[in-house]
Amino acid sequence: MSTELGINKYRAFNFRFLDQLLGYLSRDHRSSALGHVIRSLGIPLVAVAIFLMLWSVLAAQVQTSLGQLPGPAKVWEQAMVLVDEHRAEREKETAFYERQEKRNAEKLATDPAAEVRIRPYTGAPTFFDQILTSLVTVATGFLIASLIAIPIGVVIGMSNTLYMAFNPIIQLFKPVSPLAWLPIVTMVVSAVYVSKDPFFAKSFLTSAITVTLCCLWPTIINTAVGVSSVDKDLINVSRVLRLPWLTKTIKIVLPSSIPMMFTGLRLSLGIGWMVLIAAEMLAQNPGLGKFVWDEFQNGSSNSLARIMVAVLVIGFIGFALDRGMLTLQRRFSWDKSATLR
Amino acid sequence: MNEPNHLELTSVAIDFPTDKGPFRALDNVNLKIEKGEFISLIGHSGCGKSTVLNIVAGLHRATHGGVILNGKEVVEPGPERAVVFQNHSLLPWLSAYQNIELGVKQVFKGKKSRVEIREWIEHNLELVHMSHARDKRPDEISGGMKQRVGIARALAMQPEVLLMDEPFGALDALTRAHLQDSLMEIHATLGNTVIMITHDVDEAVLLSDRIVMMSNGPAATIGEILAIELARPRERLALADDARYNHYRSAVLKFLYERQRRPEDNEQDSKPAAAQVSGASDKPGEAADTAALRLVSG
Repeated sequence: MSTELGINKYRAFNFRFLDQLLGYLSRDHRSSALGHVIRSLGIPLVAVAIFLMLWSVLAAQVQTSLGQLPGPAKVWEQAMVLVDEHRAEREKETAFYERQEKRNAEKLATDPAAEVRIRPYTGAPTFFDQILTSLVTVATGFLIASLIAIPIGVVIGMSNTLYMAFNPIIQLFKPVSPLAWLPIVTMVVSAVYVSKDPFFAKSFLTSAITVTLCCLWPTIINTAVGVSSVDKDLINVSRVLRLPWLTKTIKIVLPSSIPMMFTGLRLSLGIGWMVLIAAEMLAQNPGLGKFVWDEFQNGSSNSLARIMVAVLVIGFIGFALDRGMLTLQRRFSWDKSATLR
Repeated sequence: MNEPNHLELTSVAIDFPTDKGPFRALDNVNLKIEKGEFISLIGHSGCGKSTVLNIVAGLHRATHGGVILNGKEVVEPGPERAVVFQNHSLLPWLSAYQNIELGVKQVFKGKKSRVEIREWIEHNLELVHMSHARDKRPDEISGGMKQRVGIARALAMQPEVLLMDEPFGALDALTRAHLQDSLMEIHATLGNTVIMITHDVDEAVLLSDRIVMMSNGPAATIGEILAIELARPRERLALADDARYNHYRSAVLKFLYERQRRPEDNEQDSKPAAAQVSGASDKPGEAADTAALRLVSG
């Protein structure tokens, strides 16, 4: 109906081409299999092509202090440069260790009692190292948050008293940007996590805890809603069967709240990923955020293109994380009909 | 049909709290049911049939009076009073077998070995002719099949009383007839006491030993009880021309449409009463409401 309205509106302008185009777009092309393939592959491709075209045309209009705003070609070129840099760095690293081993072998040959050491390589992290760091950080923060949030959500969903107890705290902290926590987290981690030979870097902990803080709330709230809105008939079934509390929770309450739980988890992971990048920029913690910030400070003529590579990669990873959660949801949830968008 | 006073409802009344104070949905319901008897509850929407059933099930507590089963007062739900819910209420994440298993494991824990439990579940699936869909989940089978599994789940608990809340209400006529025949067969074999809510006069006459007709709410109560003295087993085709069958049928219809008119019809004569009636349908456990919702959402 809405498309028809649209057509009528445009008809008023008497643009014949536009009229035909809109008419074509509004028609249903699902009739043939070929039509389906064209729709599901062709349309997104055309859209991306239009986007790239607009990008390259519009970017050329913008002059910054770092030169022209990079278009798709420049960004692609820098992406390749980043790959090459990564390879070169890896080769340097291997060569570094090979040299050490050779030297040590020589030492041991002349004097078997000699004390040999392997020094760690201390080259700067490449773009891909930063991606890996960010991924590990977000995964850690998200896992910790989920391990805390799901049990809390289940418990407060089942008990009205606990819900009333937790609700004000959740409502108060939910809207706080986790970046506001960053200074506090940094200070607490520095004060509490004191060890001579730390297993985790402090910066890693700070970033991960910040992610945890923002991943908690959507999961808690959605899990609690899922748990408390179990179909009343199913609860009656458990009453008639006189199921013990634990059986009822495992067999009825948890499975029926899984779809909501996953909704919370997906929201959490999405927010966590966005927040992590910001936290890394702000706190200069290793990761993609730091990469972006370093390039910004670096200010070379390639910086903007390199930042754009990072932006696209961040977007792509965020998308992949969400799809990953969806796959998990499909795997674990009984409700296979869940709309996946 | 021995052992009188197997199940006894004595001056049962129930109040539901509303903003304007307690609302009396049921009043002075008295009923004695023998072991193995098949009772139908019939009446207009909102008259409290489901509430009666829920009180017997123990899902609701009566405000006054109470229910006694085999000399013990009913205070909570239990597997000896199995319920077949109107919308089957199978757990969507479990297969037919697992749905039945959930109840069986609870009831026969420590009484049956694992092999015996498996055989018992399979026996019950066989009873409702659902062995072929043993491992299917509820969303993979039809409405009639779900209801069969629901009945098997209830039967598998070996209940003394089988409570059925419009079990066939949402099914098409053909499936319904099939399930009615299955139910008669099962009732003849197992001899459980059955209380069934229905809106279908033919179903009530065909299946019941006695039909309990309820008056309209508020303060609904039992209006009339009709004993159906037709020999079993009953054949629906043979009965269609049976004079007594048609007599029973018209007796129920007369009660429903002459003595107890629909609440909507009363609206014209007495507005306040009608208002109260519509208030009654907001109460929990009203079959008609949930049925209407289901129609809308389905």
